[in-house]
Amino acid sequence: MTKSASDLTTLTIAEAHEGLTKKSFSATDLAKSYLAAMEKGRKLNAYVLETPDKALAMAAASDTRIAKGEIGPLEGIPIGVKDLFCTKGTRTTACSNILGNFVPPYESTVTSNLWRDGAVMLGKLNNDEFAMGSSNETSCFPGPINPWRRQGSNVGAGAGGVEGNYLVPGGSSGGSSAAVAAMLCAGATATDTGGSIRQPAALTGTVGIKPTYGRVSRWGIVAFASSLDQAGPIARDVKDAAMLLRSFAGPDAKDTTCVDRPVPDYVAAVGKSVRDMTIGIPKEYRIEGMPPEIQKLWDDGARILKEAGANIVEISLPHTKYALPAYYIVAPAEASSNLARYDGVRYGLREPGKDIVDLYEKTRAKGFGKEVKRRIMIGTYVLSAGYYDAYYVRAQKLRTLIKQDFEQAYASGVDAILTPSTPSAAFGIGEKGSADPVEMYLQDVFTVTVNMAGLPGIAVPAGLDPQGLPLGLQLIGRAFDEETLFSLASVIEKEKGRFPVTERWWG
Amino acid sequence: MSVDQATVRRIAHLARIAVTEEEVPHLQGELNAILAFVEQLNEVDVSGVEPMTSVTPMAMKKRQDVVSDGGIADEVVANAPQHEGHFFSVPKVVE
Repeated sequence: MTKSASDLTTLTIAEAHEGLTKKSFSATDLAKSYLAAMEKGRKLNAYVLETPDKALAMAAASDTRIAKGEIGPLEGIPIGVKDLFCTKGTRTTACSNILGNFVPPYESTVTSNLWRDGAVMLGKLNNDEFAMGSSNETSCFPGPINPWRRQGSNVGAGAGGVEGNYLVPGGSSGGSSAAVAAMLCAGATATDTGGSIRQPAALTGTVGIKPTYGRVSRWGIVAFASSLDQAGPIARDVKDAAMLLRSFAGPDAKDTTCVDRPVPDYVAAVGKSVRDMTIGIPKEYRIEGMPPEIQKLWDDGARILKEAGANIVEISLPHTKYALPAYYIVAPAEASSNLARYDGVRYGLREPGKDIVDLYEKTRAKGFGKEVKRRIMIGTYVLSAGYYDAYYVRAQKLRTLIKQDFEQAYASGVDAILTPSTPSAAFGIGEKGSADPVEMYLQDVFTVTVNMAGLPGIAVPAGLDPQGLPLGLQLIGRAFDEETLFSLASVIEKEKGRFPVTERWWG
Repeated sequence: MSVDQATVRRIAHLARIAVTEEEVPHLQGELNAILAFVEQLNEVDVSGVEPMTSVTPMAMKKRQDVVSDGGIADEVVANAPQHEGHFFSVPKVVE
């Protein structure tokens, strides 16, 4: 294989793994190609910190192992890390000013697993502040830009940065989705509390999977809402996502909510027959005002799975409409508690005050952004004396009902559930949520139910909207049955193909 | 339910976030928009429903009761905005 340096970035993880194994190119060649692409792609703001020295050192170590025939499952694969994962000795900010120049003295379990399996770190990726957002506009850094453009749009690379009415790459894992779509990393780590892996994947034509709650350790990941947070990969295709998840997952003594279950061979599930599986189509997801292209995409997905031998049945998940409002009680409540630790004393920003309370209040006023403050305050309110039962306990009861809806569907013989990933394609910066925060929250209407029930969900690109932008389908599985999702998603991928960005217009 | 401006100030204090007088009306509007949105949960009859405590049914894992970490005080204070030796320094708390 005589691929030029820039061509190496077009390889999938599986292809790069093969090339490295056959010694067609070295891990150092591969890392250098990505570092060059990252430099050219800086205008996209996908990375908030590039770590080229670390990347080259890790790639060199990888080359040494390859020479000895010690080839890990992700040997030499260059990965971008969402800035929510603590990386030892490398600044980790959660894209919040309150963490400032926090340099963790420890490594998250997920990233430790990736490095154990041979992967190479390219840098830290942009996200919404503390993962709170659906457009990556709440980051304390300049927001990442979607490498996709509307047909005939005025977006282009100017001298000082991207010009024109550019699109957001979704959120909160918007740096991850933008970097994967723009080929600035081979794959990325991401996290999902209400849709933060699946929605950005859908908006960028990439594949993202949120595993079952407890499948992946949360240790060393900056916490947002602990009963909902789960880490997973964003990748260019289904097989790459399966390869990454195999390394992400596994027991961890440091996280008591991480299950002691062996990790299946997810890659073996890719391409497996889905004949005689039963796929549920939940009627409650047919929301009012759904754009015709979303309905068409959904019908198309059902047709593809039917032609592959699956049985399609309509199902009912009656409490669907309550998932989003219940989420906006549970998630802020947990966030208000988790984010109490940012007090200006042990790490991060400190604003002097006349006494300790004044120091706390000034530090937190200065360090947190608007959306984070809003959610902490909502969370504080719903947990406060006199409101706890009316809001928090009621929301947790709704959560029980939402989970029971899914359990009933699965008990009736449904293997997985097919829905759209998002209610729309990528949207422009500043287009949503400026007047009413709820407008932005609705981006997660199809994904949030899955977090509330702790189930796995995968987003796979399946078509383009009339403006030429990618749209995704979501498959929701039984708890700990990620394998079925990989099989089903690969059927859709086989029929629809991949959705790469064809023109690197940014540099 | 909706919040008035006095409640906004009280919540901000409970959350230990300083707010300016100009911010209060904006926050009030935003918080009330969210509270109006979650109001629809009152439509559902939740009598007899157990609130969720654990989304994945599992027994709590237990560790051996042994010392497995420690002696890293330098690392613990390494990111502190202000410290003296191995102590975090804060304004005087006890009069």
